[in-house]
Amino acid sequence: MAGWSTQKGHALALAIDNIDTDQLIPARFMSVPRSEGYGRYLLHDMRRDDDEQLKADFPLNRHEGISILVAGHNFGSGSSREAAVYALVDAGIRAVIAPSFGDIFANNAINNGLLPARVDAEKVTQLQHALKDAPVLASIDLTENRLTIGDITATFELDEGWRVKLINGWDDIDLTQQHTQAINAHRDNRNRAAPWAWPNKPD
Amino acid sequence: MSAPRTMLDKLWASHEVLRREDGVSLLWVDRHFVHEGSHHAFAKLAERGLPVAEPGLTFAVADHYAPTRDRTRIADPKIARMIETLRNNASHHNLRIFDLSDPSQGIVHVIGPELGLTLPGLLINCGDSHTSTHGAFGALAFGIGATEVAHVLATQTVWQRKPKAMRINVEGRLGFGVTAKDIALNWIGQLGSGGAQGHAIEYGGQTIRDLSMEGRMTLCNLSIEGGARFGMVAPDEVTLAYLKGREYAPSGADLKSAQKAWRGLITDEGAVFDREVTLSATDIAPTVTWGTSPEQALPITASIPSPDPTDPAKSNSVREALDYMALRPGQPLDGIPVDQVFIGSCTNGRIEDLREAALVLSGRRARVPGLVAPGSARVKAQAEAEGLDRIFQDAGLEWAASGCSMCVGMNGDVVAEGKRCASSTNRNFRGRQGRGARTHLMSPAMVAAAAVTGTITDVRPLLQGRAA
Repeated sequence: MAGWSTQKGHALALAIDNIDTDQLIPARFMSVPRSEGYGRYLLHDMRRDDDEQLKADFPLNRHEGISILVAGHNFGSGSSREAAVYALVDAGIRAVIAPSFGDIFANNAINNGLLPARVDAEKVTQLQHALKDAPVLASIDLTENRLTIGDITATFELDEGWRVKLINGWDDIDLTQQHTQAINAHRDNRNRAAPWAWPNKPD
Repeated sequence: MSAPRTMLDKLWASHEVLRREDGVSLLWVDRHFVHEGSHHAFAKLAERGLPVAEPGLTFAVADHYAPTRDRTRIADPKIARMIETLRNNASHHNLRIFDLSDPSQGIVHVIGPELGLTLPGLLINCGDSHTSTHGAFGALAFGIGATEVAHVLATQTVWQRKPKAMRINVEGRLGFGVTAKDIALNWIGQLGSGGAQGHAIEYGGQTIRDLSMEGRMTLCNLSIEGGARFGMVAPDEVTLAYLKGREYAPSGADLKSAQKAWRGLITDEGAVFDREVTLSATDIAPTVTWGTSPEQALPITASIPSPDPTDPAKSNSVREALDYMALRPGQPLDGIPVDQVFIGSCTNGRIEDLREAALVLSGRRARVPGLVAPGSARVKAQAEAEGLDRIFQDAGLEWAASGCSMCVGMNGDVVAEGKRCASSTNRNFRGRQGRGARTHLMSPAMVAAAAVTGTITDVRPLLQGRAA
């Protein structure tokens, strides 16, 4: 995964609270291998009518090339399905700005280079008002925790570990493999101190 | 003397391999459950040519995509492929799999405890947000995404920043017909679906002590619906009694030392929580959701709320939820007609849940169609031994095999567009049970009451003379 420090692109308001993972990607699409791309399933049932046609009045359907979403409270709440992040990333989204995020979603986002930028609720409302229903050029600077949309600038909150990870595009497995010795020592100590923590073998 | 510690502190310390400078911990994972949805993670492992680090601590189960009817020949090729992929991955990595025909198959969060794979003091991961269920035993259990699943498979560890500690105390005696499900929907209704974000919840107080393990699991299961990735209850005699004799649980000398360790997990007197909330059990009534978020929950005696004009953002989401649910402000919850019912899921698919529903349905007929999918093959066998299957079928409900069934909308069991379902599940999200499906969450007994009357209704009159 490639790291990034700055991002320029078009931001769009999606002023809806509680956009949960089942809306980000309905369950029936999750058996598809990632290599086929998940972008077309993003917010599938919100964006399409019963005949699978894109609804003309849904903001994301009217504009192309959007890479930043300004959303409502509790974005990505619900299931642990990383497919919700795949759908966003494969549709070209690099950052979501919202007052709060589902914990597991935010974790998954970082693991896929997607920024979950937490901005206070009032500021988010202000950004959404400024955006109305048209895309506006925006920029994000991870090194400064700052974003600019049109002529509004805001700072965002991001876990420090996550910030460094996004910038460097680190892969956790590579990082962890440097600690193999410590892991083995922990396992061996635990096995001595708490042998009960290993499953009995009934068969 | 060292400072008093919470159960979270103790669990964290015993699993912490190391802590980075930025405060993120590398934690040892004692149990890892995988299911059909873990295919992305296995694909990541294959890409890098990595083996599973600890096959003996990794358990596979077919549940999310498990058909609940005609399992021998699966009609939908996509579903068949998902289960076949899990089988292949389990066989390739030499993992114990609880396959469709296994007498111990079932929903991962039902079979883990049932088999004694879930124990106090363990760190348990699964690529499923309802992994918080296992916290009912005093375990550090949390859901993870596919990248993290791949990481656990490859290293048997997980990176995690320690969450803040929150305690929800529930004091007093639960009223007649009120269950753990109602406690959960009550607090989520008060604090909101993001109310406990960033926190690990420990549930305490006399009401919680009085709950069975099944009830504690229901409560911990729903923690994520209030935003908390972790929910837990301190182990006590109820926990120890539940675990006795379960096949993967310790026995003999190991059991003695285990029980000593487990008793030591409880939060020390005087330990400080970042946040404490206290609820009174007597304030909690049978609760149902009316909207499209679990926080949109009210006592059965209430009416559908009106959008609040002073809060434009909230009133908007109320309006949209009412529009989706085809309900109008002021309409009493009691009496809303339903098209069908569902009893099952990792939230309420255990034997006690089925008993509670059967108590209401016994000798009565359901006015609407419905499905009962036990949480595991063992729950199914137990229910059949007790004759509960007859009660459900005599009432006109369908009795099926175990799996996630109508809770997830990916295994063939779905609610049709525009249909209203009284459901013992965990999410009333738009489209959760199928595109355009309208879900009302409630306890299994309340679902049974909805079946009997054909409407959302208060179960308490229907329980008169039947329950203590």
